[in-house]
Amino acid sequence: MNKVWLIIQREFLIRVRKKSFLIATIIVPLIIPAVIGGLVTIMIKEAESAKADTVMVVDESGVFNLDSTKNTKRFLFVPLQMPLEQAKKVYNETKDFALLYVPKFEVAKPEGFVIYTQENPSIEKIGDLEGLLGDRIRDLKLQEYKIDKEILKNLKTNVSLKQINLSKTGEEKSGNAGILYVLGFVLGILIYIFVLVYGIQIMQGVIDEKTSKVVEVIVSSVKPFQLMLGKILGIAAVGVLQFLIWIVLITFLSSGVLAYFGLKMPQKQAMEQVTKKMQQNEDVKQAMDQQNVKINEILGHIGEIPFTKIAFVFVFFFVGGYLLYGALFAAVGSAVESMQESQQFQFPITMPLLIGYFGLFMFILRDPHGTVSFWLSIIPFTSPVAMVGRIAFDVPNWQLALSMILLIAGFILTTWIAGRIYRVGILMTGTKVNWKVMAKWFMMRE
Amino acid sequence: MEPLLVKGVTKQYAEHKALDNVSITIPEQSIFGLLGPNGAGKTTLIRIINQIINSDSGEVLVFGEKLKPQHVEIIGYLPEERGLYKKMKVGDQLLYLAQLKGLSRKDALARIKVWLEKFEIKDWWNKKVEDLSKGMAQKVQFISTVLHEPKLIILDEPFSGFDPVNAELITEKILELKANGSTIIFSTHRMETVESLCDHIALINKSKKILEGPKKSVKEQYRSNTFLVEHRGNHFALPSEKYELKKQSVIEDGLFSSTIQAKGDIKGNQLIRDLIDLTEVYSFQEKLPSMADIFISLVKGEGDDALKKHLQEA
Repeated sequence: MNKVWLIIQREFLIRVRKKSFLIATIIVPLIIPAVIGGLVTIMIKEAESAKADTVMVVDESGVFNLDSTKNTKRFLFVPLQMPLEQAKKVYNETKDFALLYVPKFEVAKPEGFVIYTQENPSIEKIGDLEGLLGDRIRDLKLQEYKIDKEILKNLKTNVSLKQINLSKTGEEKSGNAGILYVLGFVLGILIYIFVLVYGIQIMQGVIDEKTSKVVEVIVSSVKPFQLMLGKILGIAAVGVLQFLIWIVLITFLSSGVLAYFGLKMPQKQAMEQVTKKMQQNEDVKQAMDQQNVKINEILGHIGEIPFTKIAFVFVFFFVGGYLLYGALFAAVGSAVESMQESQQFQFPITMPLLIGYFGLFMFILRDPHGTVSFWLSIIPFTSPVAMVGRIAFDVPNWQLALSMILLIAGFILTTWIAGRIYRVGILMTGTKVNWKVMAKWFMMRE
Repeated sequence: MEPLLVKGVTKQYAEHKALDNVSITIPEQSIFGLLGPNGAGKTTLIRIINQIINSDSGEVLVFGEKLKPQHVEIIGYLPEERGLYKKMKVGDQLLYLAQLKGLSRKDALARIKVWLEKFEIKDWWNKKVEDLSKGMAQKVQFISTVLHEPKLIILDEPFSGFDPVNAELITEKILELKANGSTIIFSTHRMETVESLCDHIALINKSKKILEGPKKSVKEQYRSNTFLVEHRGNHFALPSEKYELKKQSVIEDGLFSSTIQAKGDIKGNQLIRDLIDLTEVYSFQEKLPSMADIFISLVKGEGDDALKKHLQEA
C-alpha cells in the first residue's frame, strides 16, 4: 500500500508541476468570465450604438402609410411617391438601409412584398420588418372581420403553470423544469468531459511507460496492479484538484466580472430594471408585479434545489465514473504501443459513456422518470452521466442507492478485468493486438 | 545458504514452453553467467525470479526462503531493455526507484549522493533523462539497480551501450559489489565477458538447462587432450598409435603451428618429451575450449562427441 502511495504521489506531482496544467487550470476559469464580460460589453455597446435604419417605402397598396409617424426604434420610414423603377434609382444614390416595395395586394393573400438592399441585411432586421407588416395586415383583417382591437387584446391570456411535486409523504415541493434542465445538462456534460479527458491521460501515461521500457523496472519492484491503481488514483487527484480550482476561480472571477458591470446577479438586475420601468409607466405596473412574483418564484426554486445532495451525488459519480472508465483506459494503454494504435479500442470502450451522454438529451432531461431514464441511471456504464443529469429531478433514494452500489461493483469489476489485461500487456511488445488477444491475456494464469 | 535456488521451474505459454523443468543453483558471492541463445527462456526465468511473472510449477528459493513480495527489496534488476522516465530529473528518478525498492527517503538521498559521486556525475541531479546521452542514461540506470544494496543483482546484458571506458568502470563496480558480499547474475551473449568475469555458468537452450557448473570444471569437462605446438622444421613423424596430427599451418618461414591430440591417457609432458627429439619446440600449450566454442557447439545441438570434434578442429 505504501508503494501505491508513492506511485500516486509521482503521478500527481509530475502532472501538477507541468506548465500545461498550470495554464489549463488558470486559463479555463479566465475564459468563462471573459466570455461573460465580453458578451455583456458587446450587448451594452450594441444597445448604445444602435441607430435607426432608414427604409424608403414605395407603397402601391396605400394601406400601410409608412411615414415618419410610424418610425420605430429600429427604422425610420421615408415614403416615396414614385414608381418602383424610379425609386430604385433614388435609393441607389443614397446609403440608406433598404427600399421596401409594397404592391397592391389582397388582404386574404398578402404577397409580392420586396425589399431591396445594398448589403446583405441581417435576418433579425428582415424579421422585424416582416413583423411590422404582418401586424398591420392583421389589423386590416380585424377590420374586415369587424373585430375590435381592444376585445382581441382582452382575449389574449397568459397562463403560467406553477409546478409542484407532490411527494408520497404529502410534502409539497415546487419545481422548475427549466432550472433543473440546465443543471442536469451542465453536470452530465461535465462528467462526460472529465472522464474522457482524464481517461485518455491514464492511457497516455501507460503507453509512455510501456514504450520507454521503464515499466519492467517498476514491475520488478511493485505488482502491475499496484502500478495501474497508483496511476489511476494519482491522475484522479489531479483531476479533482483542477476541478476544485476551477470552481473556486470561476465563482470568484465571474462574480467579479458581473460586479464590474454592476450586475451582481442576473436575477437582481432583472428586478432592478423592472422597478425602473414601473416608475416610468404606471400602466404596466400590474404586469410587472406579476413578473416580479415570477422572478421571486424562480429564486425560490433555486433555493429549494437540494444542492448539498446534488453536490454529494455529483462528486460520487464523478469519481466513480472516472475509476470505472479509467481502468478500461489503462487496459487499452497497456495493450497498444502508440496513441494511434489505441484509436480502434478507444471508441468501443467509450461507447457506453456516449450512450449515457445522448441519453441525457433524448430521455433524461425530457422524461427524467421514464423507463429508459431509469435504466440509464442504474447501469454502471451509463449511470455517471445519466444519474448526475437526473439527480436534480428528485430521484427516489432507493434508486440512487442501487445506482451507487452498482457503480462501485462496476468499477471493481472493470478494475479487475483491466488489471488482468494490464499485467500481461505492459510486458508485451511487437504483438498485433486485437480483442481476441486481449481476451487471451485476461484468461492467462497468474 | 545459496542466494538463489531454482527448482524444477516450468512456464508454459499458450504456444510454447518457455521453461521446461529448469533447476539452477547460484552460489554465494559468485558471478554467475546465465547463457543461452535468444528466445531460450532466460528472460522468462529472470522475470520469474523478479516476481514479474509466476511459474507454473517448481519453486524459487531466495536465501532459503520461498519467493515472496519482500524479496524485491534484496534483488536488483537491470533489464536488457533499458528505460527510465524521460521527463523526470535524474535525482527524482533515482529517489523514486529507490523508494519503490523499500528505502526510506532519507537513506535513498544519502546513497544517491554517494553513487553520483562515485560516477563523478554529481551535477546531473537536475538534468532530465531525455537530455542525457544513451551512455549517460545507462549509468543512471545502473545506479538505480544497485542503490538499495541488493544481495542479489541480476544484470541483463550490462555492457551494451557502454563505451570501453565506461564498461571498465562498470566492471570495476560490479567486482566491488561482489567483494562487498553481493551475488551477481549475468545474462549475456558476450563470451569475452563470461571468460573474464564469470566463475559459474549455466546454459539454457530451447527452454531446458543443458549445462551448469563452475566455469573451470565446465572447461575441464570439455577438455580433449589437444595441444598447440609451435615448432621449427616440420619433418617429423609422431608415432601414430599415440598421437594424431589434427592440423598444421605455417606461421612464417620455417616456423609451424601444429594441433596435436594425444590418444588414451597420454599427458602433455609425454608429448613434450616425444617432440623434443623430433623438432625444435618454440611454444607449447594445452588447447582448452573457449566458452564461445562450448556455447556454439552445444546450442547447435551436437552431442558430446561432436562437440569434442568441433573443439579439436577449432
